[in-house]
This record gives sequence, C-alpha cells and structure tokens, in this order.
Amino acid sequence: MGEVMVDLRGIHKSFGSTEVLRGVDLEVHAGEVVVVLGPSGSGKSTLLRTINHLEKVDRGYVSIDGELVGYRRSGDKLYELREREILKQRTHIGFVFQNFNLFPHLTVLENVVEAPVSAQRRPVAEARADARALLSRVGLADREDAYPRHLSGGQQQRVAIARALALRPKVLLFDEPTSALDPELVGEVLDVIKDLARSGTTMVVVTHEVGFAREVADTVVFLDGGVVVEQGPPSQVLEDPQHPRTRAFLSKVL
Amino acid sequence: MSVSAQPRLRAPDDDLSKLKVVPARHPWRWVGVIVVLVLVAQFVNGLITNPGWDWPTFAQYFTAQSILRAVGVTLELTLYGTAIGFLLGIVLALMRLSRSRFLSGVAWTYIWAFRSIPLIVQLLFWFNIAYLYQELEVGIPFGPSFFGFETKDLISPMGAAVLGLGLHQAAYAAEIVRSGIISVDHGQLEAAAALGLPKGRQFRRIILPQAMRSILPNAANEVISLFKGTSIVSVVAIGELFYQVQVVYGRNARVVALLMVATIWYIVLTTLLSIVQFYVEKHYAKGATRDKGGWKWAR
Repeated sequence: MGEVMVDLRGIHKSFGSTEVLRGVDLEVHAGEVVVVLGPSGSGKSTLLRTINHLEKVDRGYVSIDGELVGYRRSGDKLYELREREILKQRTHIGFVFQNFNLFPHLTVLENVVEAPVSAQRRPVAEARADARALLSRVGLADREDAYPRHLSGGQQQRVAIARALALRPKVLLFDEPTSALDPELVGEVLDVIKDLARSGTTMVVVTHEVGFAREVADTVVFLDGGVVVEQGPPSQVLEDPQHPRTRAFLSKVL
Repeated sequence: MSVSAQPRLRAPDDDLSKLKVVPARHPWRWVGVIVVLVLVAQFVNGLITNPGWDWPTFAQYFTAQSILRAVGVTLELTLYGTAIGFLLGIVLALMRLSRSRFLSGVAWTYIWAFRSIPLIVQLLFWFNIAYLYQELEVGIPFGPSFFGFETKDLISPMGAAVLGLGLHQAAYAAEIVRSGIISVDHGQLEAAAALGLPKGRQFRRIILPQAMRSILPNAANEVISLFKGTSIVSVVAIGELFYQVQVVYGRNARVVALLMVATIWYIVLTTLLSIVQFYVEKHYAKGATRDKGGWKWAR
C-alpha cells in the first residue's frame, strides 16, 4: 500500500453541547478506498467534512499528503490559515455531496470547468477538453449543454463527480452519494465510483450501501457515538464483526 | 328510497364518446362583463368629452422643451439614486451578513437610521448641510488637513438630492440584496467553498446570479418607486418633472392638463422600466425551470 495520503489524529468536534466526534484516528493510504459505515447520527458526515475543513475541528488535526489542513505549523505553534489559503488547499480534495449541489444556473460543462479555471487558473481550452473527457468517463458526453435541472438525480450526481475530479484531487470524499437518489438510479452512480476505485483513486466514502462496501472497500471503518468502533478489511468487519455494536448495525441493514 | 327516477346513465353498449358536449353556462360572468364595460365606456367618454381635461394644452406641453429637460433630470436622479443605492446596498448587505459583529452592527444601524428618517426630512437636511459644516477638509483624522472645500460648492442642490435619494435607497436595497443572498441554498456556498473557488468569485459567479432571481422583482419595484419618488425632490427646487409641471401650472393655471403631462410621462417611463425588468429577469432565469423554451409574461 502507498504512503499515507489522509491522516486524521484525535479529531474532536462538538456542536453546542453535543460532542459529535470524540477522538477519531484514521489513516488513508494512496490508492486506498475507505468506506465509513455507521448509524445515522454517528458523526460520519461530520468526520468527512473535517477532512476538507468545511467543519473546523475543536481538537486534533488533519493532514493531506503530509500538509496540515487549515493550519500552518511554525515551531510549537499552529497558525490558522487565511481563508484564501484554505480554499487553495481544498482544490486538492474533491468533495461529492449527498444533494449534488450542482450550480443550477450553469450548464453541465460550465459546472465542471468552473473550478479548474477560476481556482487553479488553468487555461479555458485545456479545462474544457479535460471536462469533456471526464463527462464521457461518467457517461454524459452528450449532455454538456444541459442545465442540472434537466437531468435525473443519477445524472446530476455523475456530473458532480466529474466536477470534483476536474481539480485532479489527491483524494476524493463522498458524503452519502446515493442517499438522495431513487433506488433505480443508485447503480449508475455506484458504477462510476467503482470505476474510479479500480483506477487507483484515493477515496473516503460515507455510505449506507453495505453491498458496495463489501465489493469496493479496501478498509471498512465502523463509526458509532463519535468514535471508531472497528475497522479492517470488509471480509473481517462485515463478515466477522468483533464488536457487538457493529453486529447490531449490520443485522439491521443487511 | 325517494330518489327520483333518473334514466339510467347508459345502456351497456351505448358509446358516450359520440354525444355532443354542451358547455356549462355562466350568466353572472356576462353580467359582470357588461357592468365593467359600461363603467369603462363612461370613463373613456369623460376623457374625450369633458373639456376640463384640456387636451390641447396637454398636447402643447407634453413635448415642450422645458418638460423634456425636466424628464431628463428625473431620469438622471433615478439613475444616480439607483446606482448609489444598489452599490452601497450590496456593500451594506455583505456587511450585515459578515461574521464580524461590528460590521454587521454598523450595517444594521445604517439601515435602521435611514429607514427611520422620512426621505423628505433627509433631503432638507442635505440641502442645508452647509449650515452644519461650512468646510470639508481632506487630511489626517484629528490632525492637520491638506486641502479643503466650501461645502456649498461641493454639494449643489442636485448633489444634495442625489445623495439623499441614494443613501435612502441604499437602506432598502441592502435588505433586498440580503434577502436574495439568504434565499440561495446553503449547499451552493458549501459546494463553491469545497471546490476552492476564490471568495469574490463565489459571490459573483455562484451566489449573486442565483440571488438575482429573487432580488430582481423587488429591485424593480424599488427603482420604479424611486423613479416616481424623485417628485419629492421638488421641495428643494430642482427642475425635475413634477417641479417643472408645478412651475408651468403656477403660471397658466392649467392644473389638470399639466398633471396629466406628468402622469403620462411617469406611466410611459414606468412601462419602459417594466419591459427592461422582463428581459433582465429572463436572462437570470437560465436553468431555473424544467421546461426549456416557453417563458410567459404571467410567470
């Protein structure tokens, strides 16, 4: 397995008096697919959102490819980065939302081209060519002029994946990418994610699709009550769970 | 049971699709139409036959040089008032939405103050500003000054009017812009942030175009109401449309005809503004609806 790409250490996060994450450690290696499972309210989405600093952690730190996210270390002090620098760091981290969050007033192509051009200052022609290649990779080459509202949910999510990929991120984060989809559209999105997994993309996927986890994950992480209860290869965590809470969860969803 | 013996709806092999359909009658609709038509006919008849409207005088002044110049002044006031109002309004809206308590407090206070002071009072204040501050100086705060102006040279009556209208308008524009911004789904901002788009780009490219959808109808209302509201500037003797009309009927006593001159100009120009609004809204409706072509007036 490659070197450590994402490193979470002792992550704590509270919303008001509710402690959502209570000391989470997680390592994701280059090329690894980590699937995070857990009951709703277990802190899965919050954990994912701390990775690209959409949520600021209260304690602990996140680093991507050896670089601290949101802070700069100098001697024995951590300096909070300015927003502009955080935005720059985020271009290395692709994020796919549960509700797609495509920009409804931009066409499919404009959605994909926007960040490479305005955040990475890539030439427009190059970004467009890239975007077209990505759109055909997710099977939407013929829809580049459509507006998001003219697409099905599954198609929108595939555009959102292409949009995240367009930044050529070091790691791709998926926040329940199929939860907002009609059941018959789940497959087409999972197929795209599987294809990415096979091509060696480093990914962290929060999902409820246990079947997907079994098929694609290198590591399954079971999160409950804000801590990692159990983790390991799917054959171990899913087939032979050691912790009673993992067993209880799996018996409910399987 | 006492159900009246209606004929059976149909014999088993009766084909209803061959029968003629008789539409339901609506006699009261027709009564309503006739009443309204009579009232409209009376009004139109009055417009034509009542000599009090004095159409020849109307025609004489409608395109008179002095009136046209006044229409120009009215448009100028509207243009500057709108420009200052919305530019400052955007800044105030962003300040109110800022995470800095101080900035949002300042914006709140501004809006509170300028919404509390009647426009006419404010205009008179600006018009008389030279009584309060005879000179304006540019220099180091509380320190020496480099150069100065006579306030009455810097702020002409027209300047005072534009300033008053613009600052007043900014308070309302700020709230309209803010309402537009907070109406945009929070996920849009998150997506823009997650993609690392620069802050200014997030606002201009992602948030503002979507906010425009709800800003525009309200903003158009404000522009139109400012356009007519410029008539209030007549209190500081600026030659805009309403002031000019008053001057003329003060001379020739043809009050109704000249009020009609002003009225028709206000109507014509408001109509033009409404047409502009239609096209601007259409531009910002891109991708907003599921059907691609049809865009109707009544939407």
